[in-house]
Amino acid sequence: MAKIVVDGVEFEVNPDNNLLQECLSQGLDLPYFCWHPCMGSVGACRQCAVKQYKDADDKVGMLVMSCMTPAADGSIISIEDEQAKDMRERVIESLMISHPHDCPVCEEGGECHLQDMTLMSGHNYRRYDKKKVTHRNQYLGPFINHEMNRCITCYRCVRFYGDYAGGTDLAAQASHHHTYFGRHEDGVLESEFSGNLVEVCPTGVFTDQAFSQHYSRKWDLQTAPSVCTGCSVGCNTIPGERYRQLRRITNRYNSDINGYFICDRGRFGYDYVNSDARLTEPSQQFDAEVVPIAEQELQSVLEEFHSGEGGTIGIGSPRASNESNFALRCLVGDENFYSGLSDRSQEATQLVLKLARDKVFHSPSVREIEKADAVVILGEDVTNVAPRIALALRQSVRNKAKELAAGCHIPQWQDAAVRELAQHDRSPLAILSSYATRLDDVASDCVVDVPAALVDTGFAIAASLSDLSGAPATTEHNAVAERIAAQLSAAKRPLIIAGTTAGQTGLIKAAANIARALSARSEAAIDLCLLVPEVNTLGVSMLANNDNKLSEALSKLASGAARRAIVLENDLYRRADSETVTAALSGLEKLLVIDQLPTATTSQADIVLPSTAFSEHEATYVNYEGRGQLSFQVHRNHNRALPAWRWLNDSEPGDVEAMINRCAEEAQGFDKLDDLLPDIKQFVAGMKVPRQSHRYSGRTAMRSQVNVHEPKQPVDSQSVMSFSMEGIPSASNATVLGSVWAPGWNSNQAISKFQNEINGELKQGHTGSLLIERTESVSSFYTPEAAAQESAKGVLQVAPAYQIFGSDELSARSHAIQQRMTDAYVGISPEDADSLGLKQGDSVSLDGNGTLATLCIRSRIRTGTAAVYCGDNQINPHSLGATLTLSKSETISDDRGISGLIVSDLYEEGY
Amino acid sequence: MSNADVIASSETLARKLSADEIAEIEHEMTLYPDKQAVGLEALKIVQKHQGWVSDESLLAIARYLDIPVADLEGVATFFNLIYRQPVGKNVMLFCDSVSCWIMGCEGIKDDIKNKLAIDYGQTSEDGEFTLIPVPCLGDCDRAPVMMVGEELHRNLTPEKIDEIIQEVRNKK
Repeated sequence: MAKIVVDGVEFEVNPDNNLLQECLSQGLDLPYFCWHPCMGSVGACRQCAVKQYKDADDKVGMLVMSCMTPAADGSIISIEDEQAKDMRERVIESLMISHPHDCPVCEEGGECHLQDMTLMSGHNYRRYDKKKVTHRNQYLGPFINHEMNRCITCYRCVRFYGDYAGGTDLAAQASHHHTYFGRHEDGVLESEFSGNLVEVCPTGVFTDQAFSQHYSRKWDLQTAPSVCTGCSVGCNTIPGERYRQLRRITNRYNSDINGYFICDRGRFGYDYVNSDARLTEPSQQFDAEVVPIAEQELQSVLEEFHSGEGGTIGIGSPRASNESNFALRCLVGDENFYSGLSDRSQEATQLVLKLARDKVFHSPSVREIEKADAVVILGEDVTNVAPRIALALRQSVRNKAKELAAGCHIPQWQDAAVRELAQHDRSPLAILSSYATRLDDVASDCVVDVPAALVDTGFAIAASLSDLSGAPATTEHNAVAERIAAQLSAAKRPLIIAGTTAGQTGLIKAAANIARALSARSEAAIDLCLLVPEVNTLGVSMLANNDNKLSEALSKLASGAARRAIVLENDLYRRADSETVTAALSGLEKLLVIDQLPTATTSQADIVLPSTAFSEHEATYVNYEGRGQLSFQVHRNHNRALPAWRWLNDSEPGDVEAMINRCAEEAQGFDKLDDLLPDIKQFVAGMKVPRQSHRYSGRTAMRSQVNVHEPKQPVDSQSVMSFSMEGIPSASNATVLGSVWAPGWNSNQAISKFQNEINGELKQGHTGSLLIERTESVSSFYTPEAAAQESAKGVLQVAPAYQIFGSDELSARSHAIQQRMTDAYVGISPEDADSLGLKQGDSVSLDGNGTLATLCIRSRIRTGTAAVYCGDNQINPHSLGATLTLSKSETISDDRGISGLIVSDLYEEGY
Repeated sequence: MSNADVIASSETLARKLSADEIAEIEHEMTLYPDKQAVGLEALKIVQKHQGWVSDESLLAIARYLDIPVADLEGVATFFNLIYRQPVGKNVMLFCDSVSCWIMGCEGIKDDIKNKLAIDYGQTSEDGEFTLIPVPCLGDCDRAPVMMVGEELHRNLTPEKIDEIIQEVRNKK
């Protein structure tokens, strides 16, 4: 700790940081633009000038940029100094020379860092009366709007997009007064993290295009702290609602998980909540006829399921909350409850859970992943399966740069200097994959081979780390495997990533062997990150009995051993092959399906009950680490949809807290779930946390087309939050952080007022709680499985492929995401395409059975591999075997094709 | 412009670099540790051969060096003397800085403007001349000055302008 004096007041600060960061950590107001809490300093904007004095006797001092000056012990500075204040006012005046002052029509207005800083620095009169520079805006795709005239050239956009997120198609162009931030020409921004530009840009150059279609000011949005349901990372978000529509999603800071950034699936994948296709009322289906069920009849139908006579099969879902899955389990009984995962994925997930209880491993948070200094990824396409982790891995490879900088006494926050010093030096990141991934550009080694060969390579890495891990039959990648093993064993914090989406349990076992071998060497728990695909895959797997396989449930139903079934928020046609599902569902006495949107499964149901979407209920989910998180309700469902657990609850109707408490008591492994609930003791006099900001406007007018009388605000008896402006204000110590706002800080940068220190934990603390305890200590290594074998000519080995936009069921039904989706494709090597006589974009039939996909020739894929991307379930992955054959089809599969597909190795003839 | 049009326009294809261009770029690559660093030299080489850097050329260089085209465009647009629009065969770099201004360059500029019917940034109808202002050519003691092609012309007068134009036209 160091002592510094700011305007005569002494503060204890961290000398490893710069003055700006430490002043903000102390809660002081100091304007800035180019500095960003997790991108460090470059000193580009000159906005954070302060006066620094040599010693107590120095009365003159000199102006310094606080972001470029270390918070060294004994520093004496002044923010309030007249000269410093004047400098900051003049700087902002010059930055704004060509700014259009179009705040009333600008979507950033009201949450604009530039507005806040202008006010803070005191610039209020524009002296420049010449012509402003104007720019042509670019079309940047369906997510982001571009309005270059508002730019103040802080360079944050390119520093995030290129330096931080590894995007290559956005750059600074031209110079001085006509500097331009854009692509080299109009076109879709390729990065999976482009949406963060909206939050990174301090003004309105990059705005949310989907939000723009139904825009509202920040203060008019009804918000609550929520958790993204797009994948298993569980990033924290703030969805905003207005006029009964979910309007946008922004990042919600969580120091352990997403920090300041989320991916584009999470940001733009919410629109299905507003879909006209949503199920609105309980209905009964007779053949093709759909009839609403009357309240009374519904009661008797539900009674029938509750009575439990004859046995009801309950199929849960990885996209449903813990409460809903638990309620279903209570209703049908443990023995009849199934996770709803496909057999293959259940087997892999159970293995993940087993390893999650093993003491020698540690499941790293996203923040911890950033700290890894040697990484190996076994088979997972992280960018498309758990995108936020891919962004963290891009930071992990920079640990080498940070180490080099430390060696040269360059502070870590000196961003440009650290990058300049390191050039292309990176910490090792080895990727074993069946096709090129979007992280290859920062990888030290890429092993591209058929899935079985990857398993062999994984075991080979483990074998070179420990004699106890059995070696596979020789693999051609032995040399690489040895290099990777050496890098891992030399690392201070090695990280091994595998998961269930690559479809090979062998890869998970190999990953476990590598981590176990490293742990034996270092006698410490090793970071083993095992990815699962969906928001609550782990949660539902913890609730379900290992032995309850979906195929058994389906065969019980098909054989008539069970005559009734409840399917909870799950489209079984995505979990097993179509014939099996149809055979199981068609002969039932009664099939009850609860879901948000119609699916192939709801169309088979006798009774369909509508359930609420993620933003319409309070729920808990378990992420890939086993971290339980609470997501609050943002807005009400105005139809008859209920949270699925409310339809299923077999006991007295209670609120969600009662349900969570019950789950914590009764379900094994969930005993810490109730820690997630807000501490009621902190709520003074029964006051609730408002979902609406204190500036929320138009409440009297928003229904005036219906009735001029303003109804009483709906009362939320279920939650500590209210549908109102009244209650506990969004103070820095509020227990629940509904939206981020502090006096003078209307933009998302206000977050610094809620952190213990910059980049630190929120004063609210709650980052979720790790539910799974590591109690088991097994010392045995897995034995390598059968080695890779050559397949016959013309037979391709299937490797599952995923896309960030399309592979997630619900976000794929959002308008913005649909504009970026492609058809199902089969990726093969140019050599295989040649020998099969196929061309890029051809329509191909799989196994000659009429299943169609588009051919995608990829230059970095091994001959003999078929990377199969199933699209939005256009191909049923469960009807595919381990190998497939391809033939050209004259039928054109769909209108989307694969144009706009973002893969890094799309093959182009002639180059 | 509809989105569809815009997307269509973004499908500009790279042209093939000529053997000479490739040879020269390859030579530059031996001089730098990093391909990114060759970007500027490659732009100059292509401009030397093509007269300017078209979108097709920009893509070709980016592809050849395997560097992001957005970064290369950043370099190309940063430097005023990399031409991203077609220019005449002879680019007139006309100094309008302090010394030349004192020595009456504005009159000379008007003279050029009248004779060739072009202003700054424009190309004469016959495609021979493009007039571009530069801040200084480092020859202030003989102001006003301008460069045409590789050649520096000093102590400019309306008569000298005539000669320069005539000389170029005679070569045709």
